[in-house]
Amino acid sequence: MTITLHVNGVERRLSLAPWTTLLDALRLHLDLTGTKKGCDHGQCGACTVLVDGRRINSCLTLVVMKDGAQITTVEGLAQGNALHPLQQAFIDHDAFQCGYCTPGQICSAVGLIAEGKARTADEIRELMSGNICRCGAYTNILAAIEEVILGKSGASERAA
Amino acid sequence: MNNFGYSRANDVADAVRQVAADPGAKFIAGGTNLIDLIKAHVARPSRLIDITHLPLDKVEERSDAGLRIGALVPNSDLAYHPQIEARYPLLSSAILAGASQQLRNMASTGGNLLQRTRCLYFYDTTTPCTKREPGSGCSAINGINRMHAILGTSEHCIATHPSDMCVALAVLEARVLVRGSAGERSIAFADFHRMPGDAPHLDSNLRADEIITAIELPPKGFARNYTYLKVRDRLSYAFALVSMAAGLELEGETIREARFALGGVAHKPWRNTAAEAQLRGARATRENFARAADTVLRAARGFGHNDFKIELARRVIVRALTQAARGTPQSQSDKRIN
Repeated sequence: MTITLHVNGVERRLSLAPWTTLLDALRLHLDLTGTKKGCDHGQCGACTVLVDGRRINSCLTLVVMKDGAQITTVEGLAQGNALHPLQQAFIDHDAFQCGYCTPGQICSAVGLIAEGKARTADEIRELMSGNICRCGAYTNILAAIEEVILGKSGASERAA
Repeated sequence: MNNFGYSRANDVADAVRQVAADPGAKFIAGGTNLIDLIKAHVARPSRLIDITHLPLDKVEERSDAGLRIGALVPNSDLAYHPQIEARYPLLSSAILAGASQQLRNMASTGGNLLQRTRCLYFYDTTTPCTKREPGSGCSAINGINRMHAILGTSEHCIATHPSDMCVALAVLEARVLVRGSAGERSIAFADFHRMPGDAPHLDSNLRADEIITAIELPPKGFARNYTYLKVRDRLSYAFALVSMAAGLELEGETIREARFALGGVAHKPWRNTAAEAQLRGARATRENFARAADTVLRAARGFGHNDFKIELARRVIVRALTQAARGTPQSQSDKRIN
């Protein structure tokens, strides 16, 4: 099937089998390998991207069902050399160790901010629970997201 | 994944026509469970019929002061819908207790009803499972059954229904609107899902040529005295060991109306109308809640690893009824259970 995606603002035409996931289309067909394949079953969140502004698991999404959609991946967040505030906050707070979950964490947090439902640390934790970090960098991930959402300077000020 | 065909449905009638013409075809909306099942080779559809372009994405007022929820409304949109938050906060709370925000953004209202059990043997195609392969037997009864059912089980299947949303819909006595080759019908929520019996491969009474078009909510929402309490192995993003939706109407200390349903313990959201009747006219006390729990759990049976669920369910029933009576529903972000 032939479809059109708008990936990070660029129109891309693709001819793909119906069983191709959005994740495989991004990584294998568009060479956008920032989005990661973790569990491939919707349990880890490493594949999180934004489709029409909403965060979803790209591993459980058939790309043929997203004909015409706007897709944002981690590669599309920076403006030229200026990092997205969440990308900068993840660096400032050392919010990763191996980094494999990071693109999904950051895309998920972009979606979280757009949803506007997280106002406290508890709410951030709960609404970020779809992104697993096997290194256990949660404390710093939370601090980074808190800084961007709540304008806090992060971990040192955060109650446990 | 197996190779499958793909087509789009233009309207509801077209969707019904397409699925009736191809016994191997399945509808796809959010895909959060179906794609996973295809990857696990548990589902092997010949074709997927994409229903996401059908006009079933609205929450509308009904003339009886209830609401009609289109089958394609995403779970997250439903949970945060102002009318749901205000009038049916139990439904909102139950939805937010399930899955992750990414999955809730994808999953549809109708699809939530049709998600399949997460029994590990159902997913593992190297083991017998009568739900997956009728007649092959149940691996869970004498296997690892910590997550399994304690009520309404059969010798053929002890799987649980995984939904949180459905537990709330059972309490709200929602109706499921479906359309098929023979026309439209409305199914009471209690009659939608099935007990395993000797045909556990059938999760619901939806016919093969039918599509869910909407969920209807009656006016009564229990917005003052409700709770959704979910106990699980981790604080978020895990299926229930035991969960409970409760809705009460109180006059002073006296219970006028009581409804509650358990999740994680049976093949469908588990209601016991005798236990509810026992509470009507009774005072909202811990002793009366415990007696209602006894009524629900009299027939409960464990299978080894899940024996603990009987006592856990007893405590969840008492705790959830207490939360509902006090008007202090369980928070889904602050996980402390009060």
